[in-house]
Amino acid sequence: MTQTTTPPAGEPGTQRRPPLDPNAPVVLTVEDLKVQFPTEEGLISAVNGVSYQVKAGQTLAIVGESGSGKSVSSMAIMGLHDPKRSRIGGSIKLDGQELVGASQAEFRKLRSATAAMIFQDPQSSLHPFKKVGAQIAEAYLAHHKVSKSVAAKRAVEMLDRVGVPNPDRRAKQYPFEFSGGMRQRAMIGLGLVNDPKLLIADEPTTALDVTVQAQILDLMNDLQREFGSAIIMITHDLAVVAEVADHVLVMYAGRSVEHGTAQQVLANPRMPYTWGLLSSVPSLTADVGSDLKPIPGNPPSLLNLPGGCSFRPRCAYSDRVPDNRCATELPEFLEVPGEPGRLSRCHLADPAAIFADEVAPNLE
Amino acid sequence: MTDNTTDAVEGAGAIDISKRAEESVVHESQRDREVLLTVKDLAKHFPVKEYSGLFPKTLQTRAVDGVSFDLAKGETLGLVGESGCGKTTTGRLVTRLLEPTSGSIEFEGREIAHLKEKALRPMRRDIQMIFQDPYGSLNPRFTVSKIIGAPLEIHGLVPKDKIKARVQELLEIVGLNPEHVNRYPNEFSGGQRQRIGIARALAVEPKVVVADEPVSALDVSIQAQVMNLMSQLRRDLGIAFVFIAHDLGIVRHFCDRIAVMYLGKIVEVGDREDIYEKPQHPYTQALLSAAPDLNVVRGAVPNERIRLIGDVPSPIDPPSGCRFRTRCWKAQEICAAEEPPLDPEDGKPSHTIACHFPEVKTNLVAEADAS
Repeated sequence: MTQTTTPPAGEPGTQRRPPLDPNAPVVLTVEDLKVQFPTEEGLISAVNGVSYQVKAGQTLAIVGESGSGKSVSSMAIMGLHDPKRSRIGGSIKLDGQELVGASQAEFRKLRSATAAMIFQDPQSSLHPFKKVGAQIAEAYLAHHKVSKSVAAKRAVEMLDRVGVPNPDRRAKQYPFEFSGGMRQRAMIGLGLVNDPKLLIADEPTTALDVTVQAQILDLMNDLQREFGSAIIMITHDLAVVAEVADHVLVMYAGRSVEHGTAQQVLANPRMPYTWGLLSSVPSLTADVGSDLKPIPGNPPSLLNLPGGCSFRPRCAYSDRVPDNRCATELPEFLEVPGEPGRLSRCHLADPAAIFADEVAPNLE
Repeated sequence: MTDNTTDAVEGAGAIDISKRAEESVVHESQRDREVLLTVKDLAKHFPVKEYSGLFPKTLQTRAVDGVSFDLAKGETLGLVGESGCGKTTTGRLVTRLLEPTSGSIEFEGREIAHLKEKALRPMRRDIQMIFQDPYGSLNPRFTVSKIIGAPLEIHGLVPKDKIKARVQELLEIVGLNPEHVNRYPNEFSGGQRQRIGIARALAVEPKVVVADEPVSALDVSIQAQVMNLMSQLRRDLGIAFVFIAHDLGIVRHFCDRIAVMYLGKIVEVGDREDIYEKPQHPYTQALLSAAPDLNVVRGAVPNERIRLIGDVPSPIDPPSGCRFRTRCWKAQEICAAEEPPLDPEDGKPSHTIACHFPEVKTNLVAEADAS
């Protein structure tokens, strides 16, 4: 269904981020998280010691290619890995509660109430045989002792809040009757129905068209301001990161390679992988006619990671590090001197200068 | 389709083409166009059954509904638009994987819109397709040699004993190891598979390649590799591309001309600079302004976003008049009553816009402040 109301032309974008509140309470602390999957071919180390924090009302974007461990690490927070088929180590503290080693019953209590997740494909993550309103009501009922009619009313309220037109009628429809964008809105409504402290959005707009993507990103920003949730946004699209994130964590082959504010990481990155990501995207203002600058090669197999820095086989700068250290020694994930909260994993002595002199001029 | 709309579209097409002919005289030096492919009033309606009531009704989904464009030798035409706008169907009609409901497709002066399979065969050599899904578009039970060799064999281009050598040559052109001819698709990564798909399309030395979202299933770092390969092929082999994509950055990078589609129609066509710097159709403006912008963090003044409300209407029952009017902030009565023809911008026949109120909008920020 479409609305025929006149949209405000050029309404000021609300997507720019408000200033960070340094005193916001920490909602999630992940420390040295490891997720491994034993397979017939060997042990797959999907996440290899990742640490980060998310504060209330703030958004952390986790960026990386397929296989970088960005989704796997977030699924661990939700307890979505089969304990029989995975090994999870390290620590995940959500709202003070330790989740590594928590039972399924504990996870059930916390899912949707404290932490909720939105998936990339709203088509397959909503139940196809249940009415949309009923699915949202069910999530509400699981954590609130209210009557069914109250829950149903709450579901309609939620649909209205996420911008689904005619929420009364829409609540009684099935997911297939919704368009992609509407389904993603319903999914967000389902995620936020219990007012969770943490919302994990796994590529929430990848399957959507740009105009709908813009609507959903705006909606998420508005809702975050209203509900004050912490958001983890998993994405591979750096332009989306620029629009919605306060902090960015770049992952490569199961490890964090760069962390900082969106401004720091996107405007002044210190790790060659991040440079590569930025260089390989054609922007809407870049010079046309020249070739793009891809990262050569493919990500390594998680079954046998290369020794030293995992990115070395694709890195154009490793020969500038003396003694072949990139091949022999895994760089530590260290704080950049003078910039608290800013970390990177690279042996290069002066990455800032290399970026400014060699990489940045090609990005404009 | 009513007679009315057909007339309007035909009229538009005629203007477009006659102006183009004039232009080719005027701008000959600037734009040496040798038209390979001319598409006129192309339409494809898919029947859908609606089961409400006792008897199912057959309705028509107007996936493509009167599309006209042409493609010159060595040129790249980008087709952009949201899902459901008919860009993929247009690609499939041009390659004649689908037969159009009406309209004409002329390739090198020959009408191919309704040719039968047998008569189509020779022409299939000239128009090839690269598909979006590198997993679904390669037969998992065929070796690379068989996948790329099949078109060579079908068209009898290379003697049987030389097929393998030619396949290896093609693999080398697309940047794969020629020793991998006997491998199966599952032994390759997504980017490598897309290269195999490209090699298969190149095998028959086509003049036109229709690439349907060739990189959207790939990771960003791999996307750039495949895009560079396509740019290189375009330069070296002079292939004309119809490039279907929703990523506006990639389209801008790769395409000379761009056609913006909305609900089965082209709403604006122009050269790259026209579309990206001086878009005139409100939908083009909205589409461009919706793309998230990485430069924001580098201190660039963000473009104000035109927020479109709601979704694309159903192509089964498209709005009367201008199809974009239900989401357009400029819509007036005439927009519902009359379908705007694809008219050239003043003095510039290469840039055509289907809007009753076209307007250059370069600085969306200033616009928002003024209003």
